Amino acid sequence: MPDEPLVLGIETSCDETGVGIVRGHTLLADALASSVEQHARFGGVVPEVASRAHLEAMVPTMQRALDDAGVTLADIDAIAVTAGPGLAGALLVGVAAAKGYALAADKPIYGVNHLAAHVAVDTLEHGPLPEPAIAMLVSGGHSSLLLVDDLTAGVTPLGATIDDAAGEAFDKVARLLGMGFPGGPVIDRTARAGNPAAIAFPRGLTAPKDQLKHRYDFSFSGLKTAVARWVEARERSGEPVPVADVAASFQDAVCDVLTSKALDACRQHGVETLIIGGGVAANSRLRVLAEERAAKLGIRVRVPRPGLCTDNGAMVAALGSHLVAAGVAPSRLDLPADSAMPLTSVTVAG
Amino acid sequence: MLVLALDTSTPAVTAAVGEVTDSGMKGIAERRTVDPRAHGERLAPQVRLVLDDAGVRVGELAAIVAGVGPGPFTGLRVGLATAAAMGQALGIPTYGICSLDALGRAAGPGRVLVATDARRREVYVATYADGVRVAGPEVAKPADVAVDADRAVGEGAVRYSEIFGIPVDDRLQYPPGEALIALAAESVRGRAPGDPLTPLYLRRPDAVEPGARKAVLP
Repeated sequence: MPDEPLVLGIETSCDETGVGIVRGHTLLADALASSVEQHARFGGVVPEVASRAHLEAMVPTMQRALDDAGVTLADIDAIAVTAGPGLAGALLVGVAAAKGYALAADKPIYGVNHLAAHVAVDTLEHGPLPEPAIAMLVSGGHSSLLLVDDLTAGVTPLGATIDDAAGEAFDKVARLLGMGFPGGPVIDRTARAGNPAAIAFPRGLTAPKDQLKHRYDFSFSGLKTAVARWVEARERSGEPVPVADVAASFQDAVCDVLTSKALDACRQHGVETLIIGGGVAANSRLRVLAEERAAKLGIRVRVPRPGLCTDNGAMVAALGSHLVAAGVAPSRLDLPADSAMPLTSVTVAG
Repeated sequence: MLVLALDTSTPAVTAAVGEVTDSGMKGIAERRTVDPRAHGERLAPQVRLVLDDAGVRVGELAAIVAGVGPGPFTGLRVGLATAAAMGQALGIPTYGICSLDALGRAAGPGRVLVATDARRREVYVATYADGVRVAGPEVAKPADVAVDADRAVGEGAVRYSEIFGIPVDDRLQYPPGEALIALAAESVRGRAPGDPLTPLYLRRPDAVEPGARKAVLP
């Protein structure tokens, strides 16, 4: 296997069909098809709708990636595919397709962990990962703090949300403000005209009593309800709802908790690098606040550009490349899709 | 011309290799495992085994035929995603065949009802006259099926045989790969342009649009 393996990555864990191609740490192609518009009227991702869209998009998205990279499947050294966690039916389309490509082109296949891929993608922008590092993964499906000692072997979960994921809170608050789906980008835009200190929304699991059991866990369900109550009280009193202030104050509550817990984890574990990934890492306030606070502590923040934070095939290829270069054994052709794949496994073992 | 056939529209995972000649076709190897919960795990290793059985290298294939259902969605997509990916990687056409047609063809002469299990106490059904579909495919409750046949085949017919009230041949429960290849033989022989393998879902996704916001204040 060459030092800089040519690896193809397939991602279908939620509503994005992604095919990425990397050579070592260099991104060659990142083709994406999204079914997000088909989910908008339902206010969230409908698994069966997503699965149908993946099947339709798989072949054309693969073709675009190969064309963009200027390579053929015969040139590829290995195929990586998200095996979990994610929506079971959606994952299965990507895994079944990956096996078809691997069988036909006679290539090794790596079934990989979606969350580990969100960490690995940063290598495409900022080079090899300093280990150990703390990674914070925040999206519509996940909110996790991880200690990354060795990305080829597994990561140590430090904490996670005990109810809604951070991105889910953005979606729900956007919906109650009548802003549509997905909520992240629209709240980010709206918040720019608002005052983040206008309304003191609660910061979940930050009370002193929570330090014992939930030091690195998150809770966004209470925040969402607090926003709903505040908005409803306004409406009942006949006053206009200051949408920009609500969006900014809500967003600040989320970003405050996320950054303070992530940096607390860095300090406790003596780690100098914080990697942020997942769709919510595209949030402009989160990026700024993390940078500001980390700088004061001498901690370096690494956040990939927004297009690499959301789900894509490049992140899967990046993790695959990391595994191939480290000599990790590929998975077997009977590898299962695992909707609840634990963070302790980065690959489906061969 | 060597052809691979796949079907995952029922609890069975089927993979077959056959040869299409100028005048006909012959089956070379066929494998089947019945496990409704493991299509994703079973199919690819089985494809490799059936190619080995047939002594055929994957690069020698001229076309891929896939049963496009109807069938339970998640399992059905496994076969179609794998077939489409293989066709793309090999640069060969893929042909989609209604999975019930494979059972109808294999059932032979006479009027035959083909039924497979659609879960939720429903069946996917179609009616065949001498192997040619004359009604369906559709999804229906067994009691609502207008039976216009002398006998029935398919795992759905076995399961609901008392309701259909006609003789059931339980030796023919799952779509045979050889019949899939036979049904696509003319396209293979004529080097017809491939199909994008569109599944026959016959049902819309279960999804409801959210209603108005619920009040959170008392």
